[in-house]
Amino acid sequence: MRIDSCGRWPLAALSALLLGGCVSERVVLLPAPDGRPTAITVRDSRGEVVLDQPFAGVERRGNEFKVLKSSEAEVKAKFGAALAAKPVPPRSFILYFEGGSETLTAVSAAELATIKREIAERPASEVMVIGHTDTVGGMDTNDKLSQKRAAAVREILIAAGVPAQKIETAGRGERELLVMSADEVAEPRNRRVEISVR
Amino acid sequence: MKWNRFMGAAVLAGLCFGVPAFAGEDAGMVKTSKGQVGIERAGQWIPAPVGTPVLVADRIKTGADGAVGVTLRDNTLLSAGPNSAFAIDKFAFNSTTYEGVVSVGVKKGTLAVSTGKIAKEKPESVDFRTPTSVIGVHGTEFVIETEAGDED
Repeated sequence: MRIDSCGRWPLAALSALLLGGCVSERVVLLPAPDGRPTAITVRDSRGEVVLDQPFAGVERRGNEFKVLKSSEAEVKAKFGAALAAKPVPPRSFILYFEGGSETLTAVSAAELATIKREIAERPASEVMVIGHTDTVGGMDTNDKLSQKRAAAVREILIAAGVPAQKIETAGRGERELLVMSADEVAEPRNRRVEISVR
Repeated sequence: MKWNRFMGAAVLAGLCFGVPAFAGEDAGMVKTSKGQVGIERAGQWIPAPVGTPVLVADRIKTGADGAVGVTLRDNTLLSAGPNSAFAIDKFAFNSTTYEGVVSVGVKKGTLAVSTGKIAKEKPESVDFRTPTSVIGVHGTEFVIETEAGDED
């Protein structure tokens, strides 16, 4: 945790005094669900505080500003209702194609039922179908190819009974390789379509 | 006074349809809704059950018994507890490059945040604004509470 220039400038502090007269605020960093490092910065007229430990927080009461260590229990007490209202996190599925075709592999075809169920069971579900390519070919070509793959999967989903208006497509081209490779490398695992259900 | 600006922006968005980050642009959808939940849009108040689209410049509010959860198009998750208000001040998302902008104004009450694809691609494009502070993200999940005297 690092505090930069908090309360160092009298003029800035004065404006905080005028602005923050009747305000009470609290910001708490939560642990990342995947356990990876996480951080936020809280900036005001007096400076910036970096929060980089789970349950680290800042609190302002009137003009008093302090860094604090909150806890799971305290967050639950104060933010329980907000956290309980959190939408179900989006879920991603990855489909693969038979080499150079728009035909799904057998394993991917079998996953369609699960995907369809996920879309049907989520409240107000929306689907983003995102095509990806390997690094063979230029950027433009791959953008178009990935869009084409996404469009093909959209048709497959519609044929499987998913309402068309729920489905949006995107082509990421070669921007997001699943398996890192040099340019112009044929890599079947990079030729894929991601279905993100939210 | 503020709503005049929002309404002006909404008219502008109608004139140049397709320009991102303008009022009226599609930003997300209400995924959970409990008790009294509404959206203030271009000066109008509309109820916000599950499935209500959330647009840029919308102000989402909950009553004493309310709670709401919104998923933005880049998979950012926002959820508010009772007596809360937050606004989608800016939102734009390019689904090819994952570039875009997210700016959420936290007016009052409690808000839980789980950041999405834009924050992952370019964290400096995402911020949350309380009456006194700006919160920038380098990670995923946090909560904000603000009890301002005047929610504007």
